[in-house]
Amino acid sequence: MAGRAQPVSAFPGISAALLVAALILGTLGAVALRAEAGTGFGASDWAALRFTLTQASLSALLSVGLAAPVARALARRRFPGRSLLIALLGAPFILPVIVAILGLLSVFGRAGWLSSLLGLFGLEPVQIYGLHGVVLAHVFFNLPLATRLILQGWQEIPAERFRLTAQLDAGPLAMWRLLEGPMLRRVVPGALAVVFAICLSSFAVALTLGGGPRATTIELAIYQAFRFDFDLGRAALLSGLQLLLTAAAALVALRVSAGEGFGSGLDRAVRRWDGQGALARSADAFWIVLSAAFLLLPLAAITLAGLPGMADLKSSVWQAAGTSILVAALSTVILLGLALPMAAAVAAGRNGMTELSGILGLAASPLVIGTGLFILIYPIADPFALALPVTALVNAVMALPFAMRILVPRAREVLGRYGRLSLSLDMQGWAFVRRVYLPRMRAQTGFAAGLAAALSMGDLGVVALFADPDFATLPLQIYRLMGAYRMEAAAGAALLLLLLSMGVFWILDRGGRWHAEA
Amino acid sequence: MKHLAFAAGLLGASAAFAETPELTVYTYDSFVSDWGPGPAVEKAFEEVCGCDLKLVSAGDGAALLARIKLEGARSDADVVLGLDTNLTAAAKETGLFAEHSVSADYAMPVDWNDATFVPYDWGYFAFVHNADAAAPADFKALAASDKRIVIQDPRSSTPGLGLLLWVKAAYGDEAPEIWKGLSDNVVTVTKGWSEAYGMFLEGEADMVLSYTTSPAYHLIAEEDGSKAAAAFDEGHYMQVEVAGKLANTDQPELADQFLAFMVSDAFQSVIPTTNWMYPAVTPAAGLPEGFETLIAPGKSLLLSEAEAAEVRDAALDEWLDALSQ
Repeated sequence: MAGRAQPVSAFPGISAALLVAALILGTLGAVALRAEAGTGFGASDWAALRFTLTQASLSALLSVGLAAPVARALARRRFPGRSLLIALLGAPFILPVIVAILGLLSVFGRAGWLSSLLGLFGLEPVQIYGLHGVVLAHVFFNLPLATRLILQGWQEIPAERFRLTAQLDAGPLAMWRLLEGPMLRRVVPGALAVVFAICLSSFAVALTLGGGPRATTIELAIYQAFRFDFDLGRAALLSGLQLLLTAAAALVALRVSAGEGFGSGLDRAVRRWDGQGALARSADAFWIVLSAAFLLLPLAAITLAGLPGMADLKSSVWQAAGTSILVAALSTVILLGLALPMAAAVAAGRNGMTELSGILGLAASPLVIGTGLFILIYPIADPFALALPVTALVNAVMALPFAMRILVPRAREVLGRYGRLSLSLDMQGWAFVRRVYLPRMRAQTGFAAGLAAALSMGDLGVVALFADPDFATLPLQIYRLMGAYRMEAAAGAALLLLLLSMGVFWILDRGGRWHAEA
Repeated sequence: MKHLAFAAGLLGASAAFAETPELTVYTYDSFVSDWGPGPAVEKAFEEVCGCDLKLVSAGDGAALLARIKLEGARSDADVVLGLDTNLTAAAKETGLFAEHSVSADYAMPVDWNDATFVPYDWGYFAFVHNADAAAPADFKALAASDKRIVIQDPRSSTPGLGLLLWVKAAYGDEAPEIWKGLSDNVVTVTKGWSEAYGMFLEGEADMVLSYTTSPAYHLIAEEDGSKAAAAFDEGHYMQVEVAGKLANTDQPELADQFLAFMVSDAFQSVIPTTNWMYPAVTPAAGLPEGFETLIAPGKSLLLSEAEAAEVRDAALDEWLDALSQ
């Protein structure tokens, strides 16, 4: 593809990518420059690195490994409530860590539902703490994302291809060899890299469910360097290491997943003629029920815990909810402004670096980004006055990797299919963007926007460093309620957050889709 | 608004805006929240100071210190409120704090004569449990029991660090053995207090590291007497929370006034039922009803700030070593 003339310029995308890279590397540099003589790496840091890699690899393999059959089942089945289920599947991903952990514990904990059920049969309670607990929580967080990414891969196979294979009377094996296998080979490495990178920077989950200091991740080591030792040099070093690991994973994934797509169809709804046998039906049902139970039971626990507190939420909680909505809206606008041009630049085929810089947001430690921004902003402006735009910007950069995974494959397809035609019609630049690119990207744009808005709504990362009392987002308010022993009110606020995030995701995702049944 | 005032100042109109002096106090997050002391303190101080009190939050105590170190001499803060004695040595080392002239009749189990920091409340760390369950009477009994406890990581939370120093103050060189004994009781270690307390309330553990005053919250605010703190014979480690004036403040008189106000009745009387700690000076009306039900440790443990700073790193290594087996 490289070198072929394209109807869109890669320049805006490259600029956006440079901006993102400057933000992430610049803040890291700012922290490093402020460092005094540091202590460098110790034995405990290497142990943290080993544990981080182990849990992130296991979490990625398991999340994506389970997501593939779930996505396949969802792709070829139609049932009432399917779109609601798909929207609900997105929920765990955007929950504040503490809420998700408490939800998981109500199901899998010592006093949880599963243990109570086992107790009825005279069995021991489940032991959730340990590496398996960490992986369980990470699968809970990431299975939905991986499922959506892979499901999208299925939906990108044009309906005409399925029709054709059906007409040729291709069996399941041929279908797999011709369509599903190649699609998975393209989509799975990217999904693996994304989940791996998310789990790299996990820390509260890993610590809490890991059972103790054995479960120390690099991110916790960054916390220690910053909070306990005030060793900015070590914090920057560890953060750099985290970036390198993510970049390495991303490069591997990009290399493996390169390959031609399926070309484009006429945007018909996907219909499947295969998998009608009883075995295939029950297998699909099994995966859908299993994943729904795994993801929805903890959400049900959060809902049940939150209902009593929901009744009398104080005005400050509603105010925080308003702030969160504002941040999410701004963040989504910024995200689309960055991601759509970047996806076009990547699709125009000239920009490995653009794609890479889109991934970096995953690996950046919120603590380091926040501190770095603080160091950079402090001499020129009041950090508190900038709390809203800064939070929105950082949230957008954090959501960028997901948006890129969603947008890039489709952008490649659009440019591959319509690029030459548009050029031959002399339709270029803005005209192409407006008439071809944006309309064809609508479904993916909606999904990416929904995810970004929901993620931003649930994010706590940077705001804690910039918040003054009048600027509290909903997740911050939940922590404040818990810190003041108001556990019931916190549970109510958590339920409100869950509803808002789901709502915004559903509206944006739905608004973007024109396939009635997709 | 601040940038507007700033722009106006550039245009030479600053005199019109400058009638109300502003005192900026950096503190931790739970202090400024609606349920913390912040709103009441702000109202009461503004009534007497003729100023605008601006409370700014920055995470917890350790984050607060990190924030001050980042900002250095150019900080907007006039007063920092919310460090504890485990952090004051490092805070003094920055050279950013000025001495105070506050004296008060402190109601604390330890003598206070720190020239830089003024205490405003204090409490004892303790393991909180359900009142209907029997509780061990010391760390050794806890280690020997099958009680499941959840604690906080000292690397990311101040109570976690407090527990580390508690064991160190009570057992000195024996601390590693105590931790080895406790390691099979520790269900898990959390990032901060909220996670740990939430897990305890969910029934994941029999006991959680918190404060002797935690049951007072449940009793007074929720009329729920089901929580109690276990009294330990070794004594309980104290947390003394302090505030200090920054040397580079542009409001030195207001900052002094605030520190003096801090140990007055108006401030101290809101502490027990908002911060859920003991006030540093007993309010005229005494402690709220319900506080008399709390355990009174026979012995108060507190390492001096110099000792705390000295043993901190070694104690962390011992802790990591014992719990990573």
